Amino acid sequence: MKRDNLRIIWPAVPVLLALVVITILLFVVGADPITTYSAFWTGSFATAERTFSTLAFWVPLLLCATGLLVTFTAGLWNIGVEGQMIMGAVGASWVALKVANALPNIPGLVIIPLELIIAFLAGALWAGLAAILKTRGGVHEIFGGVALNSLAIIATNYLISGPWQPPEGGTFRGTQPFPAHTLLPLHGDTLFSPLSLVLALLVLLVVMLTLKGTFWGLKLKALGKNLSSAFMMGISSEREAIIAMMLCGGLAGLAGAVRVLSWFDSLRQSISGGIGFLAILIVLLSGMRPLFTLVIALLFSALLTGGSIVQLRTQLHSSISGIIQGLLVLFMLLFGDYRKVIRKRRVVKPAPGGDA
Amino acid sequence: MNDTQLVRMLALIIAQSAPLMLAVTGETITERGGVINLSLDGSMLIAAMGGFVVAYKIDLLLQAAGISGNFFPLMAGFSTAALIGMLVALLIAWGSIRLKQDQVAIGFVLTLLLADVANFLGQDYTRLPGPRVKHLPIPLLSEIPILGPMFFNHDLLIYLTFAIVGIAWFWMFRTQPGLRMRGVGERPESAFARGIGVNRVRYLYTALGGALVGISGAAYSLDIKLGWSDNHILGIGWIALAIVIFGGWRPIRGALGTILYGITKALAQKLQTTFPQVPVVLFNSLQWLLMLGVLLLVGSSGIRRLIDYAPARLQQPLAQALRVAPPQALGTAFVDD
Repeated sequence: MKRDNLRIIWPAVPVLLALVVITILLFVVGADPITTYSAFWTGSFATAERTFSTLAFWVPLLLCATGLLVTFTAGLWNIGVEGQMIMGAVGASWVALKVANALPNIPGLVIIPLELIIAFLAGALWAGLAAILKTRGGVHEIFGGVALNSLAIIATNYLISGPWQPPEGGTFRGTQPFPAHTLLPLHGDTLFSPLSLVLALLVLLVVMLTLKGTFWGLKLKALGKNLSSAFMMGISSEREAIIAMMLCGGLAGLAGAVRVLSWFDSLRQSISGGIGFLAILIVLLSGMRPLFTLVIALLFSALLTGGSIVQLRTQLHSSISGIIQGLLVLFMLLFGDYRKVIRKRRVVKPAPGGDA
Repeated sequence: MNDTQLVRMLALIIAQSAPLMLAVTGETITERGGVINLSLDGSMLIAAMGGFVVAYKIDLLLQAAGISGNFFPLMAGFSTAALIGMLVALLIAWGSIRLKQDQVAIGFVLTLLLADVANFLGQDYTRLPGPRVKHLPIPLLSEIPILGPMFFNHDLLIYLTFAIVGIAWFWMFRTQPGLRMRGVGERPESAFARGIGVNRVRYLYTALGGALVGISGAAYSLDIKLGWSDNHILGIGWIALAIVIFGGWRPIRGALGTILYGITKALAQKLQTTFPQVPVVLFNSLQWLLMLGVLLLVGSSGIRRLIDYAPARLQQPLAQALRVAPPQALGTAFVDD
């Protein structure tokens, strides 16, 4: 009974610890913590406009995090999610710029789904590359991912400043705006597309049910938990790994499409802005529980949008959002499981001479 | 390009490879003991920032007191950086050994977190001129043709780097404690059965490796890429981690890997100015393609197939020399109860 209570209250410990460290950090640089925290609130939820900004960031975070639920279940570290998102954005931009230009009569009802499909495929292929590098080339997906992320950024910069530069000349900032009918319908004059949120929630639901209730989900879990016994059960680690990676890449690609088709209206230099990495943190913090992922993604999105107001009000460096997010995840990873934090101490005590 | 130019360029490449060499050696030591410190990209940044800021502040203080000279500021800077790197590495080891959590997860979070913290705390110190390590050619030795300028016409930090690579190799492969260290990384159970305190050894080498990684961060901000700016050396940590693999977890091969990396980068720059019509994008991608290429080479059966083309008598020794095998217990926690 007492243990049960502890289990429920315990997660507050790492969260409080993170808050204490952040507050100390704010004192160190001479910022007022109260002003800072309230600015986070003002910047994320205080007005309708800010709330919609928060929702607009929630969508790509959710899509990436949902994909990562799949790869993490299979025991894969898909660091390349950032690059997969960028490639998805490139795919969607290709449709919006080139296909819509060549066939101007296609209505939005056709072109938007096409953009999303191409974005999914582009992200999936980029992820498939990392998967093949792992299964066939022996390159760990972390390193494959890091390299492919950088290559995706370089490719975007090349497209923006080269072949896809606006007619008035390359500026390194972005392509020309896409035609209006190729963009996702927005809510009022915000940058939030309700349709994309519906899509993201639907995808999360499907993935959640797939992981929980299907044989394929079970196979992935077996892979993630224990590679060699999964092999004994006749599960092809290569096939499942590639499918899991490509599914995640595809969803990241959708996230990229949402970024260029709603938040921006063109392909930009930094369309990701760390959203993919942030999604990894979200999934780590949620302990791979989909509903937690949903809520934490919203919280992190609020920290992200709130950060810009914090920067405006307190002159703090924009990295403050990342620090809060990172500390939360770090302390949760280290101290999140009370059994590992507390029980160990009892084991060590009786044997002080032993190797601890 | 004539000979002196070539030698001068090689000397420059070697000098610029030194910080990376330190990071690779440090990480090699840590991983040989069985712990992965994945946080390099973040810990090098925060060590570069911390080392620079401390050196800069102490330099100002001493100047105000009328004491000139770079020695004390630099010592303080490098010590701070070493301490930062050590603490970060120990945090990962502690999370794994004591709290039984995933090293890779902790390391990855630290990679992102520490980069942010570095940018946050360093924001008032960007683009300031700070102290730098003084050039110090070694008399007589630096006069040797070709080898002199390449190896003996640098500064103290770079000589120390060479020495550290050599000592790390000697320690690992020629001494009793080094054997124990490798044992802990390969077969912790056997090492434990032989009375070695596995986790104590792991803490020790993780800390040592982390300190070198920290120094390597400061080697950028105080010597090779002076000063501090946002994301000053972002990406280098990942390159270092890849070179550790390319080097097959051996200090000397890792050091050669860093020089090879430096040569490729310099070559790309040279080619870029020679062929301006080739898109810049190709040269920018080169280091990442190279990273994928060498990891493919050592990860797949690529090397073995290449060796098959060598003369029969050379095949055996070549295979031995090019063998790449990670420490078997790398990244796993050891439970002794």
